[in-house]
Amino acid sequence: MSGVWTVFRKEFRLYFNSPIAYILLALFTAFCAWWFFFFTPFFIIDQAETRYLFGVLPFVFLFLVPAVAMRLWAEEKKLGTIELLLTLPLRDGEIVLGKYLAALAFLAVALALTFTIPVSVAWLGDPDMGPIWGSYVGSLLLAGAYLAIGSFASAITRDQIIAFVVGLSCCTALYLVGIAASNSGILPASISHFLAFLGLSTHFESISRGVIDTRDVIYYLSVISFFLYLTALVLRRVRKG
Amino acid sequence: MIEVENLRKCYGPTVAVDSISFSVQPREVLGFLGPNGAGKSTTMKVLTGYLLPDGGAARVGGVDVTENPIEARRKIGYLPENAPLYLEMNVLEYLGFICDVRRIPGSERRPRLEEAIAVCGLEEMLKKDIGDLSKGYRQRVGLAQALIHGPEVLVLDEPTNGLDPNQIVEIRNLIRQLGKEKTVILSTHILPEVTATCSRVVIIAGGKIVGTGTTEDLARQAMSEELVDLSVKGPTAEVAERLRQLPKVKDVRRKEDRPDGSVRFLVALERSPDNGERLFRLVVQSNWILTELRREEASLEDVFKRLTVQQGGASA
Repeated sequence: MSGVWTVFRKEFRLYFNSPIAYILLALFTAFCAWWFFFFTPFFIIDQAETRYLFGVLPFVFLFLVPAVAMRLWAEEKKLGTIELLLTLPLRDGEIVLGKYLAALAFLAVALALTFTIPVSVAWLGDPDMGPIWGSYVGSLLLAGAYLAIGSFASAITRDQIIAFVVGLSCCTALYLVGIAASNSGILPASISHFLAFLGLSTHFESISRGVIDTRDVIYYLSVISFFLYLTALVLRRVRKG
Repeated sequence: MIEVENLRKCYGPTVAVDSISFSVQPREVLGFLGPNGAGKSTTMKVLTGYLLPDGGAARVGGVDVTENPIEARRKIGYLPENAPLYLEMNVLEYLGFICDVRRIPGSERRPRLEEAIAVCGLEEMLKKDIGDLSKGYRQRVGLAQALIHGPEVLVLDEPTNGLDPNQIVEIRNLIRQLGKEKTVILSTHILPEVTATCSRVVIIAGGKIVGTGTTEDLARQAMSEELVDLSVKGPTAEVAERLRQLPKVKDVRRKEDRPDGSVRFLVALERSPDNGERLFRLVVQSNWILTELRREEASLEDVFKRLTVQQGGASA
């Protein structure tokens, strides 16, 4: 397992060695603050709560997470360093997990920067901090699910732009399938329920209110494991030549 | 130290490496020689555990690279083709990462780093981003990476590719030095590299081994044929025709017209002590004028060309 930690540190450092990381962080934080204070009825409703922030995160993540994930493997493939990485004494699983966790840590940093919003709200009023913490945990889970998809998208190409577009498309599809299913009205109830269960959005509703349901957690962890497993399979294919 | 048995690797329908076998003894520098696309890199990629073989086996220090990949990779230091590196890291960060992966304990880290840095001449570059380094320095960083854990086996894929002549000499000296303690496999398509650094050569073409032996062996193989550089003043077409009819002559090639009016031919003959004499007599008896007659030393290049071209032609 120490291999995971080694890969994690290398990847995490690489994020902050590149200016793109800082640009992404700045854009993300600025957008969240701007959205929350200027675009939501936060001041009109006059309640000290942050649900509008967490309501918009799934959409912001749709762009942020694939952007963070796109270089994970595509860059290694383009530079040829994948050959180096895969000939070091590391298991494929350790590499997949180390890279994933490093990107997740980067997203956790991004999320942490939005904490200025609840702090401002607490300064203006008296929000209930319990649901806020819950929403943060849930948001990280959602980001984690997107990220696993993005990692897979990055592994199948050497082009970061393609990785981004594929990641964005897959995440959007998985997000919308729930909404579409519940609104279609044509599908039989069983199928629309199933699709709604598959969709990422369904599992974020309670989370955005700060309620953490075990079923949602299990759902997210399953999505993450599934796509990380697919990523490892892609590596296996790389080794097959 | 390294054993390769019937190794086979395909990319889709293309057979890149076709059941090759060879072995490398400890403290031997083996040159892997062949034209581009012969299967050199593919063999190295399987050996270092990057690619999985489609058949056969490869063992490094007795450890099978597919059955026990992590253990095998620990024994190897690998410089892939074109020395891929993380361009956004500086040299020290990068080597630090390699130390982490190689699990070099804290107390050994400093001496190991210092040694690798000194051997590869990187002292001035430690704080520079790898992306800002020249090709030569990148190659050295790649080499330092391969050396840092003191591996028993070094696998170097075209280590001098893209370097300037001075750097090439430096790297070759370094490899020769390393070969005194380690087992080294290096690939190249540059012939002088092999004579300069390797004790033994495996020539590979079209995914197959077409020649193997010490550099002297291969030169001797070339000796079965000899080349004579012959310049004659006379009717060109007739000269060529008569030369061809001479016994033991295998090939006559017209090389160039010389300013003195004579024509230069390259004549390939079966080796025989009277070749020069017979050529001389032919020219004199035909009343042509001989302006030059010189025996060419058979070079490794001749062997290489013949072996690889024939093979390529046969498989095409």
